[in-house]
Amino acid sequence: MATANIQTPDLAHDVHHDHDHEHHDNFITKYIFSTDHKMIAKQFLITGIFWALLGGILSVIFRLQLGFPDMQLEWLRPFLGKWITEQGKIDPEFYLALVTMHGTIMVFFVLTAGLSGTFSNFLIPLQIGARDMASGFMNMLSYWFFFLSSIIMLSSLFIETGPAAGGWVVYPPLSALPQAISGSQLGMTMWLVAMVFFIVSTLLGGVNYISTVINMRTQGMSFSKLPLTIWAFFLTAIIGLLSFPVLIAAALLLVFDRSFGTSFYLSEIYIGGEALPNMGGSPILYQHLFWFLGHPEVYIVLLPALGITSEIIATNSRKPIFGYRAMIGSMLGITILSFIVWAHHMFVTGMNPFLGSIFMLLTLIIAVPSAVKVFNYLTTLWKGNLVFTPAMLFSIGLVSFFISGGLTGIFLGNAAIDIQLHDTYFVVAHFHLVMGSASFFGLMAGVYHWFPKMFGRMMDAKLGYIHFWLTFVGVYMVFFPMHYIGIAGFPRRYYSFTNFDAFNSFTDLNAFVSIAAIFTLGAQFIFLFNFFYSMFKGRVAPANPWRSTTLEWTTPINPGHGNWPGAIPTVYRWPYDYSKPGAAEDFIPQHIPYSQTKESNLPHENELIKLENEGDVVIVNENKH
Amino acid sequence: MVNNIEMEEVKKPLSMNPKKFILWLLIVSIMMFFVALTSAYIVKQSDGNWLEYDMPMIFWYSTIIILLSSATMHWAYLAAKKDNLPQLKLALSITTVLGLSFLYSQWAGWGQLVDMGVYLVGNQTSGSFFYIITGAHGLHIISGVLFLIIVLISTYQYKVHSKEMNQLEICMTFWHFLGVLWVYLFLFLLLNQ
Repeated sequence: MATANIQTPDLAHDVHHDHDHEHHDNFITKYIFSTDHKMIAKQFLITGIFWALLGGILSVIFRLQLGFPDMQLEWLRPFLGKWITEQGKIDPEFYLALVTMHGTIMVFFVLTAGLSGTFSNFLIPLQIGARDMASGFMNMLSYWFFFLSSIIMLSSLFIETGPAAGGWVVYPPLSALPQAISGSQLGMTMWLVAMVFFIVSTLLGGVNYISTVINMRTQGMSFSKLPLTIWAFFLTAIIGLLSFPVLIAAALLLVFDRSFGTSFYLSEIYIGGEALPNMGGSPILYQHLFWFLGHPEVYIVLLPALGITSEIIATNSRKPIFGYRAMIGSMLGITILSFIVWAHHMFVTGMNPFLGSIFMLLTLIIAVPSAVKVFNYLTTLWKGNLVFTPAMLFSIGLVSFFISGGLTGIFLGNAAIDIQLHDTYFVVAHFHLVMGSASFFGLMAGVYHWFPKMFGRMMDAKLGYIHFWLTFVGVYMVFFPMHYIGIAGFPRRYYSFTNFDAFNSFTDLNAFVSIAAIFTLGAQFIFLFNFFYSMFKGRVAPANPWRSTTLEWTTPINPGHGNWPGAIPTVYRWPYDYSKPGAAEDFIPQHIPYSQTKESNLPHENELIKLENEGDVVIVNENKH
Repeated sequence: MVNNIEMEEVKKPLSMNPKKFILWLLIVSIMMFFVALTSAYIVKQSDGNWLEYDMPMIFWYSTIIILLSSATMHWAYLAAKKDNLPQLKLALSITTVLGLSFLYSQWAGWGQLVDMGVYLVGNQTSGSFFYIITGAHGLHIISGVLFLIIVLISTYQYKVHSKEMNQLEICMTFWHFLGVLWVYLFLFLLLNQ
């Protein structure tokens, strides 16, 4: 007979169990179906790098068309086949597909999954002092749903009717009617299916990140001692949890319109003189639902990069981050505001001007927390003992893009100016700087900074410097001229401008942008070489190469499953004790108790020593900092 | 050494069972999904061109069934706490059967709507919304019933009792949530006709 199972489940015990048996891993459980957060992070990173490369190549192909409209592209036929027309040009519909896929890939697959997936997974357990995520299995599922989504999205590039081509926002009716464009046939269906799996992956990951940060912090790691990276990942996951389900709802209604004959988004449409049966729908409804995700998505992309940058700038300025609480407050502010500004993407949809002015006001308020963050970055750098590692350079690059791209956001947030600038290259320049390039630089900074922890080896710094300068200059050469083109009125997503007299004078500028784009993409191969070469042949990393205070550097150089071989360190102080007056070193890691640093303690910190000895640190830390 | 680590980790301030916490997070995201659908409903309704129809009586019966099932679910919980296994099995079985009858009743409700001339397909967005919202909720109910069946199997394997309540509690939270969600959707659809 079966007996009653009276064992009380004990999570801590389970985790320890995994850790004990790490040496039994075979190739498949270690590298493929791994539940170790560090391996899953690497899987996300490698997949993200693959997608970034593909997205970059797609952009160069359509830049060729934009910069050199008369160019013979016959040599691309081996790759693109019938998408090169008989005249040796890119097929106009395929041009739209290229733009769509570039956007989808970069926003979702690179800067959401590649950035959050890599660094939330890698850093959350390591920096809060946990052995793994709350649910390693769900974490593994999260990667494999992402992988499945990637396969579907990738295969849609190779089908006969081409991938989705209605822009990455897939507005109906263009995306809802297969007759509208060849990309709206099978390609669009695959796009929707891939995105559903993608959202499942993001939700599984996000639920895990939130649960881990709240429940699994080590002793003493109160919320007021969390590194800003963790705050950023935490808030990013919350935004994702609240906004991605709305995209599912939008996509669900779109699926029913496309495949089952409902009319949520469709009304009074004539194709070839024939009226479609659909009546009573509203395409604006889709835009509302889409941008309710779409705008928070911008911050899902940006916040992790800002968190990574905060950490790297403080470490390499050898100074505490300026305004730790203000940084958290501004991220909270951005999180909340991100949900109530979506309609600024829709100023020209015939919205009530009064409603428009409310959304304009809310949008402009985002400038406040953003400016706080920029101010804090600059004041952290100010008079610091700057160490220009490649990661530091990329972080400073992020701050630069955040300023130059953020300023144009203030223009675009104005409902009146938006009438002129809406859907022009000015918008393209704006979001590529502030969201695209800034987040990409955050991603790069993170890779250079945590590569030693990921692979136990150092990346080559000189190649890193070359990579940084070429990319930094390249990005500005690509996107700065676009502001002028945009103010002149160039609409985005147009295949060709040579038919319009008004735009002829900008041919040279467009050619320049295209050359700069090719140049910038080329520079990324330096990174690729550095990344893969250093993984196997790089200099072996020391335990704490950047002399940083956070917990991940207290693990062995190549941490196993479970992260710490012995007990998890207890945390006594905030993560930014750099260059503390009186201290022997210019950094004091978080796990060093105040009783060991009497020479540098402040008066109220001396009082904490007593409480340290009582071993009841958790309650102590909260209110006295 | 090994004992040290375990002792140290047991002391850790786990504010909540992580799996229960994860369920609550999933509930938040499911809620957002339905809030999006119902908001879309309101926006669409305000555009005009809205078909008015009376909600079939049978959806009232569904509501009663799902409320009853929440009560029996709670009965199961109390029985498990007292280690009264026969009652636990009975209560869980009744809950599962009620869940299935709720699904049947929804299906019958759709049938009545079709008889009234309210279709999923076509130009009456109000009708389409009704089917999509109730259908999406039905899918969640199916997952809830599957969960109930899993817990029921566990009870027959003596894996659910007063010292092993996690699975049952997670299932209970989810089931109550689905009930509350239906009441919200029902009132919403009733009041916004």
